[in-house]
Amino acid sequence: MFGLNAKDTRLLLIVIGLVVFAPFLMNPFPTDSGLAQFNAGYPDLMQRFVIFGIFAIGFNILFGLTGYLSFGHAAFLGAGSYAAVWMLKLLTINVIPAILISTLVAGAFALLIGFISLRRSGIYFSILTLAFAQMAFALAASVLTPITGGETGLQTALNDPRILDGAASGTGNIPAPALFGLEMRDSWDWVVGGWSFTFNAGYYLAGLFMIGAFYLSILIFRSPFGLMLKAIKTNQTRLNYTGLNSRPYTLAAFVISGMYAGLAGGLMASMDPLAGAERMQWTASGEVVLMAILGGAGTLIGPVLGAGFIKYFENIFSKINDNVLHQWFAFMPDGIENFLVTILHPFVGKGWHLTLGLVFMLVVIFLPGGLVEGGQRIGRLFSRKKKTDDSPNADTKPAE
Amino acid sequence: MEAIVLQLLSGLDGGSAYALIALGLTLIFGTLGVVNFAHGALFMIGAFCTVTLQRILTLSHTVIDDTQKDFLGNPLKVQVPYIQDWFGEATSAAIIDWSVPLAIIFAIPVMLIIGIVMERGLIKHFYKRPHADQILVTFGLAIVLQEIIKAYYGANPIPAPAPDVFKGSFDFGQLLGFEANRIIYPYWRLVYFGFATIVIASVFAFLQFTTFGMVVRAGMADRETVGLLGIDIDKRFTMMFGLAACVAGLAGVMYTPINSPNYHMGMDFLVISFVVVVVGGMGSLPGAVLAGFVLGILQSFASMREVIEVLPGINQVVIYLAAIIILLTRPRGLLGKRGVMED
Amino acid sequence: MSKSNFTRRGLLKTGALAGAGLSAPTLFSPVWADGHAGYTNAPAGGTVTLGFNVPQSGPYADEGADELRAYELAVEHLNGGGDGGMMNTFSSNALKGNGILGKKVEYVTGDTQTKPDAARASAKSMIEKDGAIMITGGSSSGVAVAVQALCQEAGIIFMAGLTHSNDTTGKDKKANGFRHFFNSYMSGAALAPILGANYGKDRKAYHLTADYNWGYTTEEAVRTSTEAMGWETVAAVKTPLAQTDFKDYVAPVLQSGADVLVLNHYGGNMVNSLTSAVQFGLREAQANGKNFEIIVPLYSRLMAKGAGENVKGIFGSTNWHWSLTDEGSKAFVKSFGTKYGFPPSQAAHTCYVQTLLYADAAERAGTFNPCGIAEALEGFEFDGMGNGKTLYRAEDHQCFKDVLVVKGKENPTSEFDLLEIVEVTPAAQVTYDASIFGGDLGTCNPGA
Repeated sequence: MFGLNAKDTRLLLIVIGLVVFAPFLMNPFPTDSGLAQFNAGYPDLMQRFVIFGIFAIGFNILFGLTGYLSFGHAAFLGAGSYAAVWMLKLLTINVIPAILISTLVAGAFALLIGFISLRRSGIYFSILTLAFAQMAFALAASVLTPITGGETGLQTALNDPRILDGAASGTGNIPAPALFGLEMRDSWDWVVGGWSFTFNAGYYLAGLFMIGAFYLSILIFRSPFGLMLKAIKTNQTRLNYTGLNSRPYTLAAFVISGMYAGLAGGLMASMDPLAGAERMQWTASGEVVLMAILGGAGTLIGPVLGAGFIKYFENIFSKINDNVLHQWFAFMPDGIENFLVTILHPFVGKGWHLTLGLVFMLVVIFLPGGLVEGGQRIGRLFSRKKKTDDSPNADTKPAE
Repeated sequence: MEAIVLQLLSGLDGGSAYALIALGLTLIFGTLGVVNFAHGALFMIGAFCTVTLQRILTLSHTVIDDTQKDFLGNPLKVQVPYIQDWFGEATSAAIIDWSVPLAIIFAIPVMLIIGIVMERGLIKHFYKRPHADQILVTFGLAIVLQEIIKAYYGANPIPAPAPDVFKGSFDFGQLLGFEANRIIYPYWRLVYFGFATIVIASVFAFLQFTTFGMVVRAGMADRETVGLLGIDIDKRFTMMFGLAACVAGLAGVMYTPINSPNYHMGMDFLVISFVVVVVGGMGSLPGAVLAGFVLGILQSFASMREVIEVLPGINQVVIYLAAIIILLTRPRGLLGKRGVMED
Repeated sequence: MSKSNFTRRGLLKTGALAGAGLSAPTLFSPVWADGHAGYTNAPAGGTVTLGFNVPQSGPYADEGADELRAYELAVEHLNGGGDGGMMNTFSSNALKGNGILGKKVEYVTGDTQTKPDAARASAKSMIEKDGAIMITGGSSSGVAVAVQALCQEAGIIFMAGLTHSNDTTGKDKKANGFRHFFNSYMSGAALAPILGANYGKDRKAYHLTADYNWGYTTEEAVRTSTEAMGWETVAAVKTPLAQTDFKDYVAPVLQSGADVLVLNHYGGNMVNSLTSAVQFGLREAQANGKNFEIIVPLYSRLMAKGAGENVKGIFGSTNWHWSLTDEGSKAFVKSFGTKYGFPPSQAAHTCYVQTLLYADAAERAGTFNPCGIAEALEGFEFDGMGNGKTLYRAEDHQCFKDVLVVKGKENPTSEFDLLEIVEVTPAAQVTYDASIFGGDLGTCNPGA
């Protein structure tokens, strides 16, 4: 189906299923239970899951296939965000032009940076991309303040021109980004028993793009172009000896991956019309690297898992404070309750970074192929007696 | 003219800090081939060795002073350091005053142990793993180390002043025949410069002139052959890691009077030290030192008011701009070797 | 495990319990709209949830921790616990210690990371997931501006924490946002006369300015007010926000012919640039036949602590200090100090006061509707919260109150006793016309 083999079709269907049913899957706990703290099914976080998923998928096209480790990918996400917010300010509050332009702007930016950086390989390439991104970040936060809004970020304003859908609306409130009138923040709540599920317009738009992006990435992985990229990763020197010039291929991969980042940036700005310079900082570039490796670089689904994992920690664990801990353990005797709270205290709330760091280490020590390998091991555990051939498929092989 | 001399001094000062930090990194990253994102954290831990020693020296017992009141109107609790009881006021004040230099003695064993434990316990298992895995595991470790420091010492910077004799500035201008007070430079920064030079020179001498250093250099060039000769190269590499951790830690110890240490200072230096190492060229120690000074001096001149007025924002980007230009004109950085971390 | 009315969904549930199956959903209403109540996250049941969004990681984590302590104290007092703190000295007597409008106050916390993006994500989760009715906190103007805009869109009240840029209630002001903290303009206006009196009217100033929005507004404010009394500005150099060592910028200062250095830096920047300046001997130096002087326009006690001995004798301004002796400040210091063992910071003070002001406004308005609360806060005059008589100006939602000019203390008696108050500049002297910074308040947005 869809021009894919059976295995890839299954993977794609799984991803579609996950995206469509995320509002249920992310809210497994009844809202008045103590575990509701772990529910992630609210619009903002679900949007972040799919948007950072797109970002990570795109990064993986470059890193997973060619082995070129870009340490400045956040620059394209940032450029896309700025382009999108400017579209929302100048053109129309409809998100379609914003998303299109952000992808194109990021692509052009990636073409420029890629053309220069790809003259070097290995660590030299990484440092070149890092340097470009850091320059973009530093300038956006300071001297380019008139264009970027500086450290405060670029936002929509009441008096934006918005030439296509009229000047300032008289309501005194800034219109929200919308898709032909359907506001991205519009949601539909469904309350069933103790559960409540939220279906958000912006999330499903972003989810649609994510499915498209994922489908495209499968096609790229399976195409002759993708094979060529894998050849570059395996042995670029030998490839060059055959008389092939590998640079057009790597540049194409770089630009595609930059456009994915731009698309992610455009979607971010469409869900929430703000673009800040810190989106371009090296920590942001580093984050997508971590997402890809944590999930399993070079695998199709890994980066998406990594992205979800990190965003989940950032948004859920940081909100667990002592108060919440006490509520969880309220049924226990006071002594044990306080003891447990003391034990857990350093790992949640303001200590969420600590937990994240520990998880990074544990995953990479015990699951060399990232979260995907974890999934595989669990899968193998259940299918052991069937003794099927579990020769690792190309899409599940860890990165070199 | 004075301005240029002053900026050059400032550049040498900044360069020595970069070179010192990059030196430790390049020992691990450029020669052992491990991408060590925890290097900044080692630098930070070094700085916190000073803070820890300061805390130990000022361990106090409480004396209640009825003549003074605290902010709630209760009698003031005065903290009296134990060493004051033991050595008397003058001696103890002098010891506390000298806590930064004393911390060098304290930091060397601490950093050696941390380095060796880190290598034996963690890094050893990652020599053969992809660089990506090394990044993830060392980044995770860096976060963990950072958060532990934050949990104990908070996020606020903690002042760690230099000994009193090093306060104030040296008048270079008069030395060179300029007017008084035109070119002055703080004593402690000169001390740091001298310290950096000594450490860098000792590391070079160690690698160049000792048998140990020779074996390590041979091991870097061809690990297997050295192993076949019956030499336990692993043990040597462990010691190298300990040495690198020590260098990073000492850079941190001496840096505390310049910038009050805080838990994320390592991350602030991490990116810049990677840039320095790569610009210097992978696998080259002299390259890292040279790049440190080149970038330090460039940054100093780019920060001049006259330059910023012509090129706004140049002070923000000069290091990265220079890195790009150098890497484009010299494929392996300033002094890099062919084939090291190029794939 | 048994109970939690912590989340809005818990409250929603009460309405939908009987059905046990499908409820009739309102198609495509904004998620934060509660449909019938007419405004976002209208509290149902016996509790109301406030969102405390403070930096818990990054360089301002300690300041964030202090803000959080103040919030917890405020919640305790609102719910009738503790000694009541400033509720006893507050000129408005609407608060009774039974929560807000009879509803028990609960709260959720989040980490802004001092990044606008992360702060918005955290605030959104409080609004969308936890049903917070008000968001407060933060330790930077970038975050304040970003979260304020979000709250405006969502129909939530934003009570700013520590934010000093003119923009927050200037060009980026919003109808749903309120700031108790003072701003750059007020710092400049309060400092200038004291500087004139101490250092003379004939001075040459050299500015080092952090290269971002807050730095720009602070430099402008200090320049304008000092130039008005006759000072000359020799140079103003922008320093990168990420700078850690300021030697390159401090070294040329003595040669420039300036005799005053103004450090428009905050937080870690300020600690490091001040340390560098003192190392280069600027404090002992002579220039133009006068003593060289250093000025830090915005002080915070936590940062003064980081800079150690270097702050001694250096002038700056601050929003509030625990050594104030008015009844409100004394009551607050007492209850905070008794609970935590050390005096509160200015960030803690502003956050505590903002929470009480919000609660009081809700009581007086008789509703949690943001528009009702905004109306109750606009033009509200009060006293007994430290800083004397205070006005929440209707035109830009900025508080006007006395500003403290402080100086690093020469002989501190404890690690908290680092600043001494030199002058309490009366509010009238720092009041400005609301229109000078531009911006458009818009209209209040109740969300639904």
